[in-house]
Amino acid sequence: MKALMFGWEFPPHILGGLGTASYGLTRGMAEQEDLSITFVIPKPHGDEDQSFLKIIGACNVPVVWKEASYDQVDKTLGGIMHPDEYYFYRDHIRYDYSRIGTNNIGCIEFSGRYPDNLLQEISNYEAVAGVLAHSLDFDVIHSHDWLTYPAGIFAKQITGKPLVIHVHATDFDRSRGQVNPTVYSIEKRGMDIADHIICVSDLTRRTVIEKYHQDPRKVTTVHNAVDPIPNVEQFVKTPRKEKLVTFLGRITMQKGPEYFIEAAAKVLERTKNVRFVMAGSGDMMQAMIDLAATRGIADKMHFPGFLKGKQVTQMLADSDVYMMPSVSEPFGISPLEAMQVGTPSIISKQSGCAEILDHAIKTDYWDIDAMADAIYAIVEYPSIYQTLSKEGRDEVNRITWDKAGLKVRDIYNAVVYRD
Amino acid sequence: MKNICLYFEVHIPYALKRYRFFEIGNDHYYYDDFTNEERVRYLAEKSFLPANKILLEAIKTSSKAFSCAFSLSGAAIEQLEQYAPEVIDSFQELAATGQVEFLAEPYGHSMASIYNEDEFELQVKKHADKIKELFGKKPSAFRNTDFIYSDEIGEKVASMGYKTILMEGAKHILGWRSPNYVYQHAYLPKVKLLVRNYIMSNHVTFDFSNTSWSEYPLTADKFIDWMAASPQEEEIFNIWMGYETFGCVQKDYTGIFDFLKALPRLALNKGLGFVTPSKINDYQPVAALTAPYPMSWQGEEKDLSVMLGNHLQEEAIAKLYSVTERVNLCKEKNLKRDWLHLQCADYFRFMSFKQAWGSSFESPYDAFINYMNILSDFLLRVEAEYPTSIENEELNELLKTINDQEKMIAQLEKELKAAKKKKKEA
Repeated sequence: MKALMFGWEFPPHILGGLGTASYGLTRGMAEQEDLSITFVIPKPHGDEDQSFLKIIGACNVPVVWKEASYDQVDKTLGGIMHPDEYYFYRDHIRYDYSRIGTNNIGCIEFSGRYPDNLLQEISNYEAVAGVLAHSLDFDVIHSHDWLTYPAGIFAKQITGKPLVIHVHATDFDRSRGQVNPTVYSIEKRGMDIADHIICVSDLTRRTVIEKYHQDPRKVTTVHNAVDPIPNVEQFVKTPRKEKLVTFLGRITMQKGPEYFIEAAAKVLERTKNVRFVMAGSGDMMQAMIDLAATRGIADKMHFPGFLKGKQVTQMLADSDVYMMPSVSEPFGISPLEAMQVGTPSIISKQSGCAEILDHAIKTDYWDIDAMADAIYAIVEYPSIYQTLSKEGRDEVNRITWDKAGLKVRDIYNAVVYRD
Repeated sequence: MKNICLYFEVHIPYALKRYRFFEIGNDHYYYDDFTNEERVRYLAEKSFLPANKILLEAIKTSSKAFSCAFSLSGAAIEQLEQYAPEVIDSFQELAATGQVEFLAEPYGHSMASIYNEDEFELQVKKHADKIKELFGKKPSAFRNTDFIYSDEIGEKVASMGYKTILMEGAKHILGWRSPNYVYQHAYLPKVKLLVRNYIMSNHVTFDFSNTSWSEYPLTADKFIDWMAASPQEEEIFNIWMGYETFGCVQKDYTGIFDFLKALPRLALNKGLGFVTPSKINDYQPVAALTAPYPMSWQGEEKDLSVMLGNHLQEEAIAKLYSVTERVNLCKEKNLKRDWLHLQCADYFRFMSFKQAWGSSFESPYDAFINYMNILSDFLLRVEAEYPTSIENEELNELLKTINDQEKMIAQLEKELKAAKKKKKEA
């Protein structure tokens, strides 16, 4: 079976959880030998791991027929794509996209990020999907998140192949209910036209059914998994006297940072032997620093800013407690990463990952008392730390992407061979 | 003659209230009164009162051929006294017929038999005194919390004067043997062991209304026929269960009360009799049972792994029993009462990843956190009475002196009297 996937991010150049999940899932699915995956992203950097799938950069696919010499093409593509492939796509241009601004070889520039003209980029991406749909041979189309739904829909309309969309998040999660009508309409249209909808948690599945009015029969949950951390044993706790409680993520409304600070204040009333770290950046950072100062715990609350790569893993390994008080989290991969290095996690019940974890402490995101209580217990009572650390690590090591990949495959089979 | 030994456990653990860490040191009340009252009233009305009525009726109509046994945990007695005293009254009525036996057990439904011998003995004594006070007779047969038993515990219990001990019919202890005989202690031939027939008992508690069970429906006829059909030499059928089986686990509408009503009459008609644990003097033990490690009636493994199988449970119970000596020196009433109830085995079972049924907590971790917060407060109170700066051994010496004091005084008085007498004579 051949799958054409539309995504927005792919490691190593990622901005959020979407890229990690896309990588993990495709990697897990590649275990199936009779499956080949072509993954389209707006702008590849050339250092992506292509050992188990083929990556196509939308920025290298021509949408307007322009006369271009081999050398010229080779130079513009910068070695990321072979010129022959470029000419192959050029031969399959069927529509007139001259209204879109293109470069000297008829390709569109993509930022591959989340720029202000995001809607423009989404529709450009759709145009590229049209060319690819005409050029390539595939059995199923798989779109990751709302940015790529229009591309998936267009490919389905051209080829009549079934469309599976993968909901990694909805606008209800991002906005605490204040949805953007434009985003909602793109999401809703994608779900309406899709042959099947994959959600990363039952929580998301409920949102899709209730808020986007989808038929429950075509919505399936496939929980995310987590990739093993390479050389995990090199991340060990630096010995220190005080206990460390960590929040790590974007400091935005969705992540519930204020509950972390309030819980910290409660814990510090009782025990002085703890420090709190709020790593990351975001539009609520200033407000959080203010709040910490107002509660009089600024000396115990640290804001190291945005961490990346190994710094993240080391920070998690150094922590005694990892906390994710998200108000609404479709899945939430970071507690699983914390558990991989043996750090106990406290997560909100409003997180998708809570559905598959037994050895993490779950509280309501607003229940500051319960969170504070859990933090206090983990730093004060040794056995709960040890049990969560060991059992949590074992549990999370059993959650693997190949199992998720098989579930996705079942869905492919169902939509491809349904007649 | 084949006999049925019916025994019902009456135990209602105190529901602990939600206790957050910031209350440690400020709030010394640990129980959820609202839940407790509701639970006790529910059990009393749905289960204990109607079942007691049926049993009393059975004793009367059978002209005292029917008999059965109970054990009431300290927590159950206290809560019934507080919220449903009419249940105590109806137990007293049963006791007055002379056909109902009350067994001894550790007062706090505790695992003290594993952790602290002295504490265990104190609790069994306290419980026996309470039973005497309520029902007029000292118990003479013993069942441990959750039927925890080992050779060592058996020996300890025997040294306290009990000659019959109840235990679970665990396969790893019985092996090929049938539970339907009387056995004896591994090396104390005078101590008789009764073994629960858990298969038959569980048919009543768990399968009675299970429509997918191959033997459904279970009628009293069928149940008695099974016993009648067993080999002639089998002598005793130990049908033991939680009393809440009637009316709570199996609801009224399943017909469980009709089953209970019909059982005595049908059994007597078929020529089966009833005995209670201390009335087995006629039986000769058929073999000795060896239990080198503690076992219980909990879980698949029938060992202690449900109550003491993980680190959470180990830390909690170790911290609890670390203050045994200090608490026993204390005189403060509330502290002593909390001490007994905090030992309740159910609280540790709620921290199990295996079998935490009946728990009001969301997870074993939640149960642990709540318990540890309460325990922390309790330990602070003990600390305030007897600081940890005093070594346990020192305390033990002190305790011994205090205990011996009375004996010493009695002895000295005796000597004094004798001396005075001598002087008079002279």
